Amino acid sequence: MSGETAVYEPVFTGAVLAQLEALYPKYPTKQALLLPALWLVQEARGWISDGAMHEVAEKIGLTAAYVRGVVTFYTMYHTHPVGRHFIQVCTTSPCGICGAEDVARALVEQTGCGDLGSTSPDGRFTVIEVECLGACGFATPILVGDDFIESVTVERVSEILARYP
Amino acid sequence: MADETVTVTIDDVQVTVPKGTMIIEAAKQAGVLVPHYCYHPSLPSPAVCRMCLVQVEKAPKLMPACVTAVTEGQVVHVHSPDAKTAREAVLEFLLINHPLDCPICDQAGECELQDFVFQEGRAGTRYADYPKRYAPVEDFGADILYVPNRCILCTRCVRFMGNVAGDPVIEVYDRGDRAYIGIDQDERLDHPWSGNVVDLCPVGSLLSKDFLHKARAWDLDKTASICPGCTQGCNMTIDTRDDAVVRLRPRPNLEVNRHFICDTGRADYRWMNRGDRAEAPLVRDGDRLRAVDWDAALDRCATLLNESAGPVVVLAGGRASCETLGGVMQLVAGAQVTAAMKVPMGAEEALSGIPDLALRAERAANLEGARLLGVNASWASAMAAVSGAAMVIVIDVELDDAEATALAGASHLAHFATIADPRLRTVDLVLPVTTMAEEQGVYVNRDRRAQRYLPARPAPGMARPAWWVAGQGWARRAPGRSAPATASEAFGALAAFGGMTYRELGMTGRVVPAAASVAR
Amino acid sequence: MGYPHPIHPKETPVLSTHFGEADARTFDGWVKRGGYAALRKALEMTPEQIVDEVKASGLRGRGGAGFPTGMKWSFMPKDTSRPHYLCCNADESEPGTFKDREIMRWTPHALIEGCIIGGLAIRAETTYIYIRGEFTEPYHVMVKAVAEAYAAGALGANVFGSGKRHDVVIHRGAGAYICGEETALMNSLEGRRGNPRIKPPFPAVAGLFGAPTTINNVETLAAVPHILVRGAAWYAGLTLSSPKSTGTKLISVCGHVQRPGVYEITLGLPMKELIYDLCGGMLPGRTLKAVIPGGSSVPIMTPAEVEECATDYEGIVAKGSMLGSGGMIVMDDTTDLVYQIMRLAKFYAHESCAQCTNCREGTAWTTRILERLLAGEGKASDLDLLLELSEQMTGKTICVLSDSCAAPVVSGIHKFRADFEAYLTGAAVPAMAEV
Repeated sequence: MSGETAVYEPVFTGAVLAQLEALYPKYPTKQALLLPALWLVQEARGWISDGAMHEVAEKIGLTAAYVRGVVTFYTMYHTHPVGRHFIQVCTTSPCGICGAEDVARALVEQTGCGDLGSTSPDGRFTVIEVECLGACGFATPILVGDDFIESVTVERVSEILARYP
Repeated sequence: MADETVTVTIDDVQVTVPKGTMIIEAAKQAGVLVPHYCYHPSLPSPAVCRMCLVQVEKAPKLMPACVTAVTEGQVVHVHSPDAKTAREAVLEFLLINHPLDCPICDQAGECELQDFVFQEGRAGTRYADYPKRYAPVEDFGADILYVPNRCILCTRCVRFMGNVAGDPVIEVYDRGDRAYIGIDQDERLDHPWSGNVVDLCPVGSLLSKDFLHKARAWDLDKTASICPGCTQGCNMTIDTRDDAVVRLRPRPNLEVNRHFICDTGRADYRWMNRGDRAEAPLVRDGDRLRAVDWDAALDRCATLLNESAGPVVVLAGGRASCETLGGVMQLVAGAQVTAAMKVPMGAEEALSGIPDLALRAERAANLEGARLLGVNASWASAMAAVSGAAMVIVIDVELDDAEATALAGASHLAHFATIADPRLRTVDLVLPVTTMAEEQGVYVNRDRRAQRYLPARPAPGMARPAWWVAGQGWARRAPGRSAPATASEAFGALAAFGGMTYRELGMTGRVVPAAASVAR
Repeated sequence: MGYPHPIHPKETPVLSTHFGEADARTFDGWVKRGGYAALRKALEMTPEQIVDEVKASGLRGRGGAGFPTGMKWSFMPKDTSRPHYLCCNADESEPGTFKDREIMRWTPHALIEGCIIGGLAIRAETTYIYIRGEFTEPYHVMVKAVAEAYAAGALGANVFGSGKRHDVVIHRGAGAYICGEETALMNSLEGRRGNPRIKPPFPAVAGLFGAPTTINNVETLAAVPHILVRGAAWYAGLTLSSPKSTGTKLISVCGHVQRPGVYEITLGLPMKELIYDLCGGMLPGRTLKAVIPGGSSVPIMTPAEVEECATDYEGIVAKGSMLGSGGMIVMDDTTDLVYQIMRLAKFYAHESCAQCTNCREGTAWTTRILERLLAGEGKASDLDLLLELSEQMTGKTICVLSDSCAAPVVSGIHKFRADFEAYLTGAAVPAMAEV
């Protein structure tokens, strides 16, 4: 597996484990922790590896196949390593009619990613096109990691990218 | 509640069914098949294939028959123009990414997609200009291949493994038209009952490696049978091609195995095709065995029994039918008899989602039948009795070397054999008998259900059913006796069954009344 | 208010009054603005009284379906031998819709207060707020506000000393449009794939974790405190048209208008005023071509239909579309409608959960036909084929995702057929490379 060291280091130790355990009383079933647990993994590792799916499966009492079925349902979970800064650009119709596809093109070019879904050779950026980010009045919205940036235009792209070394 | 019924009209046929019945099942009662893919009576219904949409009068839209319960006075049209158009559309949607590789697909001929498309699909596709989705074949486990291109995502396999087997090692991965059935890379589809996903798959997406390209479905002859593997008594079908058994599949019986059989039972058919069978009666002639006709062999059998004064030991294999055991016990009646059935033991493997269904530890199909018929000594005590016996009768038993050695020391030995056993050096008589795949008979399962099985292939050479051999031997022991001519007669004569008949048993069996055994 | 713009005189700010005020996000700031008074009042009321008040107000679900909220609450069993749950649907994902986002960003305590009151009404001691994963800022604001509410005693084992318990759990989605469908949301919350469930059983009978559950949209719950404080009669009186459409509604307007944003209107406001007065109308030199009034899954409207349309549940239905979530996409004459309909179809194909055949295959096939049309390779029969497929994707599946894919296709072909035909005849320059 790419990006995975030969020996899998568990995610759920120390503080991350404590975060997970703090969630237990909030839900009547252990399985309800699946999405939160996957978020914890992604926050800690940047993506959700096969090993991590096994670890989560074991923690929550599910099979690894079940966990992968859930992971692959949700587009925000990364099943492959991504760039340091993960950029999601909305190109759904409301933004599309306001120039979102040009913004996406500018992001791909200026990050050096080469193509949507690819990571730049320096590992700094990954740019993907996503469906509706829910900020249609502020076309074009993008997410850089957890940062939600509104009203991005082609002109603003280089300034925004400069904020993410 | 359970007694409440509802009367509905389905395609002009009125039926009365229990309250809570789904339209799809009520339609079966009315003799109407509602085409479907995801629905299966032994699985939870997700209503995802949308094939079973039917028109229900007064409903605003077509309703899925698999999850819509009947209501009093409901009028359902399975074949209304709207319902048919909807099904035609579902079929077209399913076919856009389905390879039309029926000529090389094992499922062809028993494919529900093929059947329904022929029945009511469009003549041509309107998706001709686009490439179809492609993904390579995957090896899912010991006996299972997944052909994702053919998959229609009905999810029966996922639900079987998750809800019935309790081992969710396969899941739907991804979503939209990219979705497929995935397995974790560290997992195998090797649950002891996982082979059922192949039968459940309505198309040729999950295939048995064992059956791969062995036969076209239309070349197969199908025979109702009972799995001889353990005391569960799962109903099964023996599929033969040109008289060779090529596949065993479950036969539905809601009281015994619902729609399933275990992988052990499913895989255990090669012995049915063995070529090295005992084909002619053999009698001892000095230090060698001589082939004779049945007359000579049966006479010798009667003479041996009549001349041997002393205890008799009967050793039966687990696949001996009730007719056989009853016939042999009658054959040796009058002597002091120690009779036992050999019961190999194995691990019990339950199918957790179905109550009272497991591959049982006792790997003998007719153990309960043997008990009912007085073949009830322990195996150890019967083996211990061999040395003091005047006569030992062995009925198709797989013997270990120690047992074979012990039997070689018996005073007289008759072997009802499917396979001759050279280790039985002193055998007096080898009587070639049929296997359960070549005869009809009855097994009684652990819940005392008597169930019939039918002959699936012809007997080799001169082999005859063991009940016939025993009956003929018995008739020759004294004048005026008339042996049963058919298996049906042989069964009807068994007092332990209190007069039950083949006709009463039907093909799903009946529980033997407790009184019958008490009377015994 | 027309966030991010100043309040327009034709607006009726209720929920949006404090949008943009950073201080309104804090517990103290919210109390200063009259917050939590409704909760204190509700704590003195019986569940029936709360339900009756909301019923009398005429409040209807603001997520899209428009089902009367009080009636929905009244479906919950009275018996509490099993736990009840309130679920707040904050998975706002319908293209064109971005109103709940602003409620959570600016007035998180309004939502928390609404949740507790809703919980009291349906005898639930826990609310799960399911926020879509992409809403990073609203998520952090809500998490902080919930912590504050616990610290201030508005949440927890003894809400404001009443002896009543209420917990709010914020649950983050992870990128799936369909989780905005209430049964899919419940599956997702339970740690499953977000597949919609078959109804029945309805959530009020067997919902989240198999327990009686009510699911309400963010805007619906945020409106409840105002109704309790100012009275059902006040709310019911807020209408410019039909008595069946009462109260204020946040309309998020995007696309080709001068001032896109979130506007709060009294239901019944003429759509024309909304577009031309509140939003400032078209960009210079442009004219209106089409409006999708209620999020991308409702039929497209023509300028003629917009002309006489009252912005409320009944008014928009009368003009052949739906109010839906109140996410309004305005498109001017520069818009390639065929391309945008393709983009919407692609959106639904991307988001289809894969359960139902018609949706899984139909959304993808529809997209391919439109792509080919846009590439100039379309066939004369394609439009009829699209309509036929749409017919078989409407009312045939567990949820309405495939219906939503069909709606813009059908309305687009019926109302803007010339645009489609231009690609067939070669009058339009191919908008896409050959696929």
